[in-house]
Amino acid sequence: MRYLPLTETDRREMLGVIGAKSVDELFRDVPEHARLEGLVDLPRRQGEIEVERALAKMAAKNVSASSVPFFVGAGAYRHHVPAAVDHLIQRSEFLTSYTPYQPEITQGTLQYLFEFQTQVAMITGMDVANASMYDGSTGCGEAVLMAHRVTKRKKAVLSGTLHPQYAEVVKNLSDFAGYDLEIMPPALPGKVEDIAAHIADDTSCVVVQTPGFFGELVDLRPIAEAAHAKGALLIAVVPEFVSLGAVTPPGEMGADIVVGEGQSIGNGLNFGGPYVGLFATRQKFIRQMPGRLCGETVDADGKRGFVLTLSTREQHIRREKATSNICTNSGLCCLAFTIHMSLLGEEGYKRLARINHAAAVDLAERLAKVPGVEILNQAFFNEFTMRVSKPAADVVDALADRGVLGGVPASRLLPGAGLDDLLIVASTEINTDDDRAAYAAALEEVL
Amino acid sequence: MSDIRFTDQHEWVRVDGDIATIGITDYAQEQLGDVVYVELPDVGKTIEAGDEAAVVESVKAASEVYTPVSGEVIDVNSDIEATPAGVNEDAMGDGWFVKLRMSDPSELEKLMDENAYKEFVEGLH
Amino acid sequence: MSGMNKQGRPTSIGGAIPVMHETFTGNRALQLEEALLFELDNPGACGVDLDEPAPFTARLGNFERQGRIGLPSVSEPEVVRHYVRLSAKNYSIDAGLYPLGSCTMKHNPRLNEKMARLPGIGDIHPLQPVKTVQGALELMDTLAHWLKELTGMPGVALSPKAGAHGELCGMMAIRAALIARGEDEARSRVLVPESAHGTNPATAALLGYKVDSIPATKEGRVDLEAFKAKLGPDVAAIMLTNPNTCGLFERDIIEIADAVHEAGAYFYCDGANFNAIVGRVRPGDLGIDAMHINLHKTFSTPHGGGGPGAGPVVFSEALVPFAPRPYVVHGPDGFRLVETAEDAKADGTTPFGRMTAFHGQMGMFVRALAYMMSHGSDGLRQVAEDAVLNANYVLASLKNDLSAPFEGPCMHEALFDDRFLKGTGVETLDFAKAMIDEGYHPMTMYFPLVVHGALLIEPTETESKQAIDLFIATLKDLARAAKSNDKERFTGAPYLSPRRRLDETAAARSPVLRWMPPAPKQAAE
Repeated sequence: MRYLPLTETDRREMLGVIGAKSVDELFRDVPEHARLEGLVDLPRRQGEIEVERALAKMAAKNVSASSVPFFVGAGAYRHHVPAAVDHLIQRSEFLTSYTPYQPEITQGTLQYLFEFQTQVAMITGMDVANASMYDGSTGCGEAVLMAHRVTKRKKAVLSGTLHPQYAEVVKNLSDFAGYDLEIMPPALPGKVEDIAAHIADDTSCVVVQTPGFFGELVDLRPIAEAAHAKGALLIAVVPEFVSLGAVTPPGEMGADIVVGEGQSIGNGLNFGGPYVGLFATRQKFIRQMPGRLCGETVDADGKRGFVLTLSTREQHIRREKATSNICTNSGLCCLAFTIHMSLLGEEGYKRLARINHAAAVDLAERLAKVPGVEILNQAFFNEFTMRVSKPAADVVDALADRGVLGGVPASRLLPGAGLDDLLIVASTEINTDDDRAAYAAALEEVL
Repeated sequence: MSDIRFTDQHEWVRVDGDIATIGITDYAQEQLGDVVYVELPDVGKTIEAGDEAAVVESVKAASEVYTPVSGEVIDVNSDIEATPAGVNEDAMGDGWFVKLRMSDPSELEKLMDENAYKEFVEGLH
Repeated sequence: MSGMNKQGRPTSIGGAIPVMHETFTGNRALQLEEALLFELDNPGACGVDLDEPAPFTARLGNFERQGRIGLPSVSEPEVVRHYVRLSAKNYSIDAGLYPLGSCTMKHNPRLNEKMARLPGIGDIHPLQPVKTVQGALELMDTLAHWLKELTGMPGVALSPKAGAHGELCGMMAIRAALIARGEDEARSRVLVPESAHGTNPATAALLGYKVDSIPATKEGRVDLEAFKAKLGPDVAAIMLTNPNTCGLFERDIIEIADAVHEAGAYFYCDGANFNAIVGRVRPGDLGIDAMHINLHKTFSTPHGGGGPGAGPVVFSEALVPFAPRPYVVHGPDGFRLVETAEDAKADGTTPFGRMTAFHGQMGMFVRALAYMMSHGSDGLRQVAEDAVLNANYVLASLKNDLSAPFEGPCMHEALFDDRFLKGTGVETLDFAKAMIDEGYHPMTMYFPLVVHGALLIEPTETESKQAIDLFIATLKDLARAAKSNDKERFTGAPYLSPRRRLDETAAARSPVLRWMPPAPKQAAE
């Protein structure tokens, strides 16, 4: 087997040193009836050629985003990833290194985490950010738990702008941890959700997404004011992180915690994971934050260096009193994010955001002309919702048959909510004029 | 009259009338190593003997400080909040954590005196 | 004239090497100092070429971002150089043996990386129409099949994002089963051995359980009598790692499982150490109800400097109905996803909820599957055997030089304590830091907590005998040096790494968690 260096001669010699007759002797603590004598019922070993052939065959059955005009978003977005990003993250020293618990020989990881934390804090307009969470949805759950710790209250209010699967993740965690939750009905564009009316004296936090699940931008300022007036926190959720190159950041609108999904920057679609959860907050809350934090310090020679810090919040020290049971971050995905953001820089990031917005505005204008289409959004970034004259799920299916991946029917995530005619559509810098024209033409055929 | 008592969790209580001052022992600060953070309760809070009164953290460990006596928190040592190194420097004096107005001074009777604590610590080695 | 060649240049490498040769740049040959990205800011430079869009009417409402963000401007060559230089400051499994106990740092085959980057895998969206991702669902279904066969368990939830997330998922399923039995209120206690990973008590506490610690025996295993005494009608579950964190197989595991079930509780197994038994023992045969599998350990998806991981959970018959959404089913029209509560209702299951948006770590699934298919049933069994053989070889070779708290055989990792350092003035930490100067990443230290000054070594199966022999010889030499009063080699170590010991106290006392632009210079009066 190509990955196993020991030869039969090695094994014999080693057993001699151990003083065992066979490797079976080493497994003698396993209860006898649980020892498998033969092989499990699975195929035998295969060479690279065979494995590659089998997996390529599965891959070929999928329609990849690059092969068609592609407009699917709803929490994961297809953006261009510069070639340098994927090259750099595959360097052995990044790819095959462990968590940087030995800072003397992991300054590479630690320094990029420090850079990552800085970028995320700057972009969200917050004081500090952690070294990432699993993804946006789980980060959102952790943010709610953190708000409960900070406020010593136990009820969260989730806005109808929140991605339904994020809401489900929060609900799951809240239910099991014994916290209360109010989930507002889906907030369709064009109507202002009166969330302030739902904030009471026992409310720990309100969770609002912008751009919202239906693409509409949300004014966080009045919500922050209402929350703060009652001693509650505002958690802002940003699943499309490119938006912050063009849109006022939550930190400037009064958010106390910002949770983001960083997939859009540097990371591919990957059918839903791995992604990278971004988590930023105010300085005064740092000890209540979940997840790893990297901090600056000096070494024995007085040189600047970085370490994981404030780890007494974490499970490996605090055990059952930890702020979270989280034990990992999204290391390599943070690195991809950081490298891509480094390449973009201030100008590149803002321009990328403008291109995205222009692409979506152009698409909205084209689709609005198709009979049977009504665009619902007033203010949006690179995603919007349209009402179509047929069930959106059927429309998406029919579009796929015509070689266009046209978005996400709201009913896929919100079945039975009476939203069967809503289709959520995204357009990014990847789409060309021709792609958008093809979409409009195909939609006209379908409707 | 001032009197000092100890717990087997390495807290000390210094009593002055019905006021109890609570801290961690010199032995405890040595075991913890460099203290980096101290979390203190709100003044006015009422706590029962055995409740968590404060949290003390070093780089590698976090420990709860339990109050050996019940009462109302009347003062906390904000100096060690700002400069946690103070706990290492003078654990038995300026590095105190909280002052309580005791509700049940009889709780003191269960605690060790200085000699008993000394013996207790020696027994740990 | 020895030592001179014809051009008159000295060829001898003799002569005193200046101690601590200071350089102008601070660089030391291939070890290059590197500024922070923000210090490379060069306004006007940019690492991408993007064209400004044609004029259009923005529809951002009144949400247009104002002012500078503060991101630095850097060209592509400078960005590439920056991260290449940073990378050179990291240790990696590709460069050397990584003996971190409990972490399973094994070789990461590059075929797996290649497969994850196929456009049909890496460039598909989780919410595309299901008919356009049949191959992806087939891949998930195939992975599920392998995991179920290898563990002998009938069900699996693929979506958890990491080991600790898998633990949470497993314990949620247990709680859901107890709720369904009407016993949720009554069962409030979870038993966790002292030697457990910190995530176990943290997970139980997150779900509101009271954590009750089980002591270990002198042999490093669960104290069966103490454990039985703690069982009762208020116990929800036991969370046990097997092989345990001392690197030992829990001999009484079947008795433990029987007692747990008799008491009406469930058996959660932390599968972090599955590498020791894959292909040789099926957890399903041990009476386990739920176990997470760290794909980044046993199935070699890269650790990536701390993630991303993946933590699928396998379930016994009793817990399968509660496994979370989403899951893949194979019907007459191909594969489909059960995503929503409505879907599950139609499918006749009672999932407890959802762990994450979308379907889990697809990028890790494909890598793990490529790894499994490459090994096959025979190769995976060999993985466990070689991992256990390597660890026992380390234990046998070093037990007289270091000190081993427990009798062997061990499983995939060898545990030592600090008795061999007694009276030397050298502590476990110093010993480990001296390994850095010898070109090794230290082993896991001070864990598990049940032995004093623990040193936990997991060589894994992908180390050759030659590599392990050099590692053993190095540790023997270090142990000898410690015992012969060569304290300096340890207490100041490491001396030769990109950074020496870092001041963690200063970092924690006044945390600096981000770069800040230098304060603007005072304007002239």
